[in-house]
Amino acid sequence: MTALEAGAPPAGMSAPRGQRRRRRDRWTPYALIAPTVLVMGVFLIYPIGNVVYFSLYHYNVTKPWANGFAGLDNYRQMFADPLFWNSLVFTSKWVVVEVVLQLIFGLVLAIVINESFVGRALARALVFSPWAVSGVLTTTIWLLIYNPTTGFGRYLADFGIGSYGTSPLIASNSAFWAAVLAELWRGVPFFAILILADLQSISGDLYESAEVDGAGRIRKFWSITLPHLRNAIILSTLLRAVWEFNNVDLLYTLTGGGPGHSTMTLPLYVARMAVDAKEFGYGSALTMSAFVILAVFSITYLWLSRVGQEDKP
Amino acid sequence: MNDATSVTTPGTQRPVAAKSGSSSGFPRKGRHGLARARRTRRWAIYLPLGLYLLFTLVPFYWMLLFAFRKTGSTSLVPWPGTLEHFATVWNGAGFAVFFKNSVIIAVLTLVLTTLFALLGGYAIARFTFRGKAAFLVMMLCTQFVPGAMMLIPLFDVFRATGLINSLWSIVVADTVFHLPLSLILMAGFIRNIPIELEEASWIDGYGRLRGFMAIGLPLLKPGIVAISSFAFIASWNNFLFALMFLNSQDQFTVPVGLSYMLGEYSVDFGALAAGGVVAVVPVVLVFAFVQKFLVQGLAAGAVKG
Repeated sequence: MTALEAGAPPAGMSAPRGQRRRRRDRWTPYALIAPTVLVMGVFLIYPIGNVVYFSLYHYNVTKPWANGFAGLDNYRQMFADPLFWNSLVFTSKWVVVEVVLQLIFGLVLAIVINESFVGRALARALVFSPWAVSGVLTTTIWLLIYNPTTGFGRYLADFGIGSYGTSPLIASNSAFWAAVLAELWRGVPFFAILILADLQSISGDLYESAEVDGAGRIRKFWSITLPHLRNAIILSTLLRAVWEFNNVDLLYTLTGGGPGHSTMTLPLYVARMAVDAKEFGYGSALTMSAFVILAVFSITYLWLSRVGQEDKP
Repeated sequence: MNDATSVTTPGTQRPVAAKSGSSSGFPRKGRHGLARARRTRRWAIYLPLGLYLLFTLVPFYWMLLFAFRKTGSTSLVPWPGTLEHFATVWNGAGFAVFFKNSVIIAVLTLVLTTLFALLGGYAIARFTFRGKAAFLVMMLCTQFVPGAMMLIPLFDVFRATGLINSLWSIVVADTVFHLPLSLILMAGFIRNIPIELEEASWIDGYGRLRGFMAIGLPLLKPGIVAISSFAFIASWNNFLFALMFLNSQDQFTVPVGLSYMLGEYSVDFGALAAGGVVAVVPVVLVFAFVQKFLVQGLAAGAVKG
């Protein structure tokens, strides 16, 4: 029995088969997961079910007299809402730009800090540090940089670049890139950490035999490193895409969706409906659309990456 | 992006920064001749690394500069410094209270998350039972539920249970959000401990619980440290829940306090930067403590593609 356990694959069903120590062991696992099931049920599953229900009602905490059954009114309002459609466009742009840039920089960074050099441990700690910083703090830091009175703009203007008294957050195009840069600062470490963890599991023998065959650095990267990282890259881009989709803190505080709603993502729109407008009914309809988009995206992405794998020899 | 940071870096950097505008950041191809290859190799490491470190550290420095510099000064070093901004945020802006609230929430979240993750993780790692697969699928699915999407329905639940405007609402919401990943990671850590060790203790007459406490728990220490630190950091950083569920100023957390400073009509930048330093210190301390586990823990197979 012990041998069976030790040799069992780590995935899922590995618990000892012949274990009949005590009768009550049968109930032990249920007792162990009970607290988790309870809190998740009450504070996650049940509320999610409620979203469906709310989305069919006029529901505003500040206007209780107007509450009541709405049928599909909220959904009709949503499909006619230009801000909803604009937010979808901006959300895709935001997610794609962030994930692609973070992946590229994170990959390069992971490869660099995987080499051995003097001061590596310190360099890793410093490079990873923005990972632990919150969205609001990221805004605080970058606002000091973007602000016309405290920021770099003044020093750039000294060199004749740009003009005094402007902030990149004022115009919609520069506000987008300003937000992208701030989020990049915080987001690259995530990829660097995950990819570095995977890089460390590549056996050095592979590189050595490739060297014997006369493969150069670039060749080794394309034929050994990248194929090995394939799964880690798929997983981390998926997680990050979902994460950036859901990321509200930074945009809420840095641009607030502005200027002129130009940086409004769908979840940010939901958050503003919930926090500022207290329009719970319409907010729930928007939430439903976000659920659907996330589910479709995740399934499609995983399906596509599986198809890609089968094509490979 | 690197261009921007190297151009705007205040004076004192090494020439690397100025020279490197066009660096692609990739390791250069190997050349013939060992010494030369080694030299290019070193450049291929230090050049992109140095640039990236500038990009990472200059923003931190900028915040420290404003936090410690006297009001009205334009020097690029905060020397001679001042603590007046810290006095302003700590006493005037109420960060003493916000800080206390944030600590209470983060510590309670840490304790609950770690405890539930230990219990559930043990069940997943050491038992087969009906519904296990369904339980795991449920855990994974909840990872895709966005926090912003839970604002409205959770507000309703908290109002019904009387938790609204109580620190407990944030503790509960944070725990629910970090528990699935923590539990799955914990199951991975527990599975890595050979069950034979615990079984040996059963033969000595120990029960399951006593055996686990005596044998498993000490071996699990690194995993517990990592998981509880993640829970602490995530809870410390949470903004949206606190913004939505807490509405009196004596309940605010540090991120909410910061966001209100950001929204003020005329921002006191010195105080804002000092508030940022207050927000970052606990996270940096915890992070310095766990950053090694970050890579090791993941490499150990906890999150394998």
